[in-house]
Amino acid sequence: MHEVGIMESAIDAVLHQARVHQAQRVHRIVLRIGTLAGVEPDALRFAFDVVTHGTVAAGAELAIESVPARARCAACAADFTITTGFIATCPRCGQLSGDLRSGRELELARIEMS
Amino acid sequence: MNTEPATPAEDFQIHPLSGAAARPGRQLSAPLSAELAATLAAAPAGAASVRAVDLRVPLLEKNDILAERNRGYFLGRGLAALNLVSSPGAGKTTLLERTLDEFGRQTRCAVVVGDLETDNDGMRLHRPHAPVAQITTGGTCHLDASMIARGVESLDLEGVKVLFIENVGNLVCPASFDLGERVRVVLLSTTEGEDKPLKYPPIFKSADLVLLTKVDVADALGFRRDLAVANIQRIAPQARLIQLSTRSGEGIAEWYDFLRGLLPPR
Repeated sequence: MHEVGIMESAIDAVLHQARVHQAQRVHRIVLRIGTLAGVEPDALRFAFDVVTHGTVAAGAELAIESVPARARCAACAADFTITTGFIATCPRCGQLSGDLRSGRELELARIEMS
Repeated sequence: MNTEPATPAEDFQIHPLSGAAARPGRQLSAPLSAELAATLAAAPAGAASVRAVDLRVPLLEKNDILAERNRGYFLGRGLAALNLVSSPGAGKTTLLERTLDEFGRQTRCAVVVGDLETDNDGMRLHRPHAPVAQITTGGTCHLDASMIARGVESLDLEGVKVLFIENVGNLVCPASFDLGERVRVVLLSTTEGEDKPLKYPPIFKSADLVLLTKVDVADALGFRRDLAVANIQRIAPQARLIQLSTRSGEGIAEWYDFLRGLLPPR
């Protein structure tokens, strides 16, 4: 359950932004999570309710954008979207790629506040 | 973005067991993000309507910044840091014991070892010629970069060329936490299933080196090495693979060669 720790870190950043912008309330938070990040969106949602309790972000909407995993095929010298889970097989030539270009993102992307 | 310095988990403790630093090491300054925060704070406050702020802040920014600091520190000292990750019982400590007794006699090594409780592993690794610090995380399921920074501070790193970080036995959580290591080593033992890489792909995906351990008992266990190797290669084609047994010594020379390859040229 490292999702709680990750969410605590995210909410620290959100609350900091709220202070900087002198916001009284946070309405919506958007996270970008890569499909290979090893983080469960459901566990993040659960953690979100727990860690925002009693803060200006309590009751805010949590939106989670999924970032597709992409890898580069050395043989084709081209990037492709990984559609086969954690096994990155090039759809053109079938070769396995270990050169991940995206999919591990864990980012705070947007905060809406007033 | 956060101005507070990173603080480790509450129960987190460092126990230098051998080769403790004679005096306190470097002090950590405030995170680099403080500068960014100050810049933002200087911006005029807007009206009371709903405002949207678009950012690209890593959720583990505090950890990532400290990890980069660790990496720079290790690089500056000419120190190769390896982060060893596996399930509990895959043979991390046993491999390190043998490595310190053999490789560690020629090349000075240090160890930072993490567990939830006890300094049992630290005591097992205790050697007069190798500084060792045990970190007890007090329940946290992984090591983070701030624990490493403090653990390393407690050790005398004079002449040390290789730093082994033995992570908490866990195949899930350590995947997300960069410690500033140069090489991430994931161990899979033959007492586990051949399909472990398929079941726990994120950690294998992040590996630079995979060690298939306890290969001496593979046949007795009915463990199919070829199948395990194929699964590792499907999930982690980027990783180097070494099959070894700490007990029989198979593959150990290849592991030492790998370590030697990390040392700066003479």
